[in-house]
Amino acid sequence: MSVDSLLIECLLSPERAATLAPAEWESLVCQGQAAGLLGRLLVALESSGRLEQVPPAPRRHLEWTRVVIESQKRAVRWEADCLRRALADLEQPFVLLKGAAYVLAGLPAAQGRLFGDVDILVAREELATAEALLERHGWVGAKPDAYDQRYFRDWMHELPPLRHGARGTILDVHHGLLPVTARLKPDADRLRRAARPIPGEEGLWTLAPVDMVLHAACHLFHEGEFQRGLRDLMDLDSLLRHFGSEPGFWADLIPRAREMDLGRPLHYALRTSACLLATPIAPEVLEASNADGPPALLASLMDQLFLRVLGGGEERADRAAAFFLYLRAHAQRMPPHLLLPHLARKSWRALFGLEADSAP
Amino acid sequence: MIVADLSPEELRGRLGGAGLSLRVGAYLFRIHSPLEPVARGLALMYPDYPLAPEGEFADFPVRVMPGRFLRRWLQPQARFLANGHLPFKPMPTCQALPLLEWGLNWCVSNKVFDRLVIHSAVLERKGLALLLPGSPGAGKSTLCAALAYSGWRLLSDELTLADLGVPRVYPLPRPISLKNRSIGILKEYAPGAVCSEPVHDTSKGSVALMRAPADSVARALEPALPRWVVFPRYVAGASSDLRPLSRGIAFMRLAEQGFNYGLLGRAGFDALSDLVDGCDCHEFRYSRLEEAVALLGALDG
Repeated sequence: MSVDSLLIECLLSPERAATLAPAEWESLVCQGQAAGLLGRLLVALESSGRLEQVPPAPRRHLEWTRVVIESQKRAVRWEADCLRRALADLEQPFVLLKGAAYVLAGLPAAQGRLFGDVDILVAREELATAEALLERHGWVGAKPDAYDQRYFRDWMHELPPLRHGARGTILDVHHGLLPVTARLKPDADRLRRAARPIPGEEGLWTLAPVDMVLHAACHLFHEGEFQRGLRDLMDLDSLLRHFGSEPGFWADLIPRAREMDLGRPLHYALRTSACLLATPIAPEVLEASNADGPPALLASLMDQLFLRVLGGGEERADRAAAFFLYLRAHAQRMPPHLLLPHLARKSWRALFGLEADSAP
Repeated sequence: MIVADLSPEELRGRLGGAGLSLRVGAYLFRIHSPLEPVARGLALMYPDYPLAPEGEFADFPVRVMPGRFLRRWLQPQARFLANGHLPFKPMPTCQALPLLEWGLNWCVSNKVFDRLVIHSAVLERKGLALLLPGSPGAGKSTLCAALAYSGWRLLSDELTLADLGVPRVYPLPRPISLKNRSIGILKEYAPGAVCSEPVHDTSKGSVALMRAPADSVARALEPALPRWVVFPRYVAGASSDLRPLSRGIAFMRLAEQGFNYGLLGRAGFDALSDLVDGCDCHEFRYSRLEEAVALLGALDG
């Protein structure tokens, strides 16, 4: 199935951007903004020497994004430094996840990437200590609502988000990979045991390369967080391209996924990334991963759904696909007797306009 | 071509179709909305604004749309969307025009990063700019409206856009947003100015918009040199009192009012330093507009 996305096309072949009419530039910038990928577009254009050819009006938007990205990188580094000091008393080191890890470890996945929150992983048995230490250093609960608190504390694999009182930054403290209520049960302790210190960044750790890929895959293909789906897929693509040249990476990937109970999310991740972003993955790796895929009929349906949703289409069928994947993700997170009341509550809030960020 | 060249049907046709592409200062806004208060408000408040030809790149495509589900009919709501994103809670449909105004401000203050964007009114006289920063309710828009109709050129009643390289501020002339009692006061002060019907019970109380003077719309690309920073405070019945303020304190207060000051890092610090260095800074207590306008008009160039 081909995906009709100007954004993906231009990310993969920046030379295409040189041929765009002003109206097409507008949709490209809009798509890039909505997907959180304008920075990646900037990097793609710049590294292929095409930025000069971008007309001034869209160019200005790309330059605005550069400022935001530089600022966010500064902020993430500063945040990591504050975390290192705040959590120095933990017995087991905490691990940086996702964007923060990419920046601190200097991975190509950080280039042009926009950030939301900072995510860390701590040992489950030290969760209470970590929370107390963070509170002492100025982090407070960002969701004081009793229902949200219970939702996170009883069912999720992370604390309710914390906000730093002075800096306003949001921190997600994970103790697992997937919700406590999920059917798949990856063991987070194994991840932490394989974690590596970041060279030159004392006290800061990242996941091992294969685990970084698995975490990204499970975030996207299990958790179903598709608002920034394409951005997360670009992360995956970038991690695979970067670590793919390390000896042993490909050989370890699939066995590790099976050991972590994450064979299925990895299967979807590899297929979708190869198909949508032309990620170089050896045919024998894809072949081996097929053993973790769903039965053939379901497999082609799932391919269609992921390609539709991540391709960023706006047609009725694309939106239906997104809705279906949203339900699927929730069904995987929790059993029905917990899920139905939760979704009913969310719909109620949405209906009465309680979902937007703020009043003007 | 300007907005006033469109017939009421053409205006509504564009708003409901390809969008109304308005040039405001250095930015192109494309507005979509099927809502009547938006069409009426734009016709009244934006007649002198240039229209961009179809197919041109819009910096900020925005929509003001009806509420979803039941809220289309039941206590109908308007929603402001910038590229699909909903920065504010929906508001009653009758408040759609102020909602659009807040939305357009949101676009500039959240997306523009090659300017230091300060929450401050700004006006110009003989090439020199006067900044009126202030917390909401301090009376900055009231004073700004009075000055804009007393020989000063309005650059903006809400957002000061400062250059990051040279001391210079750029216009973003848009209607002035008047709140509560200042609506009546300004109608009396500038009876010739066109105002929208006040909308009541918004999160900021009653709001009416006052059209930006045609001259300031026509000169929307002409920057000015920052010369004065005045922090106004309306105190009922008080006599006017203009006091010098140290540049250091003015700097700190302006930084607090900077939307992207923190994000710009060093560049923001340098730009604000340069701006403040070239300015005389004052605190200003006032109650009578005529007196206030005369005092500010007498500031040394």
